[in-house]
Amino acid sequence: MMKRRALLALAACVTLGAATDTVPRRVISLIPATTEMIFAMGAGSRLIAVSSFDQYPPEVARLPRVGALLDPDTERILSLRPDLVIVYGTQTELKRSLDRATIPYYSYEHRAMPDIMATVRAVGARIGFAPQANALATSMEASLAAVRAKVAGQRRPRTMLVFERDRTTLQNLYASGGYGFLADLLEVAGGENVFADVKQQSVQASTEMILARRPEVIVELRYGDTAKDLDSARDLRVWDSLSSLPAVKAKRVVILVGDQYVVPGPRIVQAARELGRALHPEARW
Amino acid sequence: MQHVRGRLVVALAGFGGLLLMTLVCAPLLGTTTISLSRAFDRSIPFADNPDAQIFFVARLPRILAAALVGGSLALAGAIFQALLRNPLATPDTLGVSSGAALGAMLAIAFHFDFAIAGLSSISLSSLAGSIGALAIVYMLATARRRGLSTTVLLLAGVTMTAFFSALTLFVQYVSNFADTFRTVRWLMGALDVGSYTPLMAALPLMVMAFAMAVPLPRPLDLISLGADAAAARGVDVPRAERLALVSASLLTGAAVSISGPVAFVGLVVPHIVRLVIGSDHRLVLPASALFGATFLIGCDLIARTLFSPVELPVGIVTAIIGGPFFLWLLVRRN
Repeated sequence: MMKRRALLALAACVTLGAATDTVPRRVISLIPATTEMIFAMGAGSRLIAVSSFDQYPPEVARLPRVGALLDPDTERILSLRPDLVIVYGTQTELKRSLDRATIPYYSYEHRAMPDIMATVRAVGARIGFAPQANALATSMEASLAAVRAKVAGQRRPRTMLVFERDRTTLQNLYASGGYGFLADLLEVAGGENVFADVKQQSVQASTEMILARRPEVIVELRYGDTAKDLDSARDLRVWDSLSSLPAVKAKRVVILVGDQYVVPGPRIVQAARELGRALHPEARW
Repeated sequence: MQHVRGRLVVALAGFGGLLLMTLVCAPLLGTTTISLSRAFDRSIPFADNPDAQIFFVARLPRILAAALVGGSLALAGAIFQALLRNPLATPDTLGVSSGAALGAMLAIAFHFDFAIAGLSSISLSSLAGSIGALAIVYMLATARRRGLSTTVLLLAGVTMTAFFSALTLFVQYVSNFADTFRTVRWLMGALDVGSYTPLMAALPLMVMAFAMAVPLPRPLDLISLGADAAAARGVDVPRAERLALVSASLLTGAAVSISGPVAFVGLVVPHIVRLVIGSDHRLVLPASALFGATFLIGCDLIARTLFSPVELPVGIVTAIIGGPFFLWLLVRRN
């Protein structure tokens, strides 16, 4: 397994090396995060198509859609004659098709917060925007450090970061575990994750687990379809059944709306600042 | 007669005792240690008493849900196996829980974000789906004037299941990524209801279905020997079959509206019970209901504690625990 992974990494390096002589000009991004990165570094004109999930920046509206994670439209992708396709790591079928068509690809996967900046730099280098990408990544790092500095020294409230649940009940509730970019976001914004010990990206939290972990702040993220027809009052009322939770008692259940919380791209800076403000209203923002 | 009554008392006492023991023990066990004296201390306001909230909001409704769902599915399975004269029949054989699944999928995919009296739209539409499926099965069953043909019912059930499953897949296919994830998770079953409302809503249906099942044992005993033999012994076969069909379908629909589909309980519990106490339905039906409840409470206890702090979907545990146990019983008996 290790050996195979090493071989794959080597193969990826070889393709990377081979492609640098000619800078890609017709790029397809199948992941919203990398689309946002490319626009943010000023290389938006290089993109010729994006995924069906892409919504940001508004310029993506005029680009053709070529499917997404589970349903990439391989024929459409090939017919657009790209010279670089940014795919998700698990899209093995698509990668095989691209290999057969000798179209280079960049394989991406969501990981932790530092990987976002690393990806900005790597994608920038790959499409000939290395200086701009480095500047973007550095400024993101600086902004995140600024958020950290604002909340430094404050008491870190025990926080549960909820990113999914049934709308009218607390069933099927998923919260950030102790690993991944949401966990890192919470750490930067000055919260102590109640599920820090669970080394997974997500935890399905039962009623008992929520009651036992006793969060002092509950942050619910709403994005995509779940941000539409938002009825905060109704959605927050559901928590009243767990009246012993410090967060419910102190009325510190907060709903944050926006795709920036779930797209690990340049807008995480904004997400970190807004989350920081929700967790630390006492700090000067 | 006296003999059967004695065995009935022994079986009910045995399985009932087991259930009672489970009902008492299960709320005491969990991933968190709670103080019982604090949980039952009325002098502390409920909002300031986490122990009481864990006991009364998290554990108790969940355990009662497991008992109601497990008992209903097992009883429904036992009735369907007798009615269809097929040991492989389950609460899903006639498509009732596929209809419920379709209802729930529609609620999730089209964002029916309403709640009536605290009951979520997903429960309500799954209930509507199962009643719709039951109505179709019932019409199919009564369309022929001379009782049901089990072959026709089985084939119709398989067809309905395939039909509803295809519609469910279609809804999943056209819905977005997050909704697809939600639907898949619903299909794994979950008992963490977090309040008594879904139980109170399902309870009247279950009570009605249990009442309908009371006169069933003798007709089912005779029907399992053959419809003609039963008719010759004075059983009103079409009436008994209709009663069995409606009772078992209502049980299934009500159970699925609480928890989503929980696999394997309805298939395997009646067989385990038969291996232990024989195939007399006067014993099998009540014992299946009691043991189904016990079995699901036990499986859910494992689901919520084994890999703590992570939980398993209970439908996975029922098959992993129930499967090998059933095979072991089969081999031992032979």
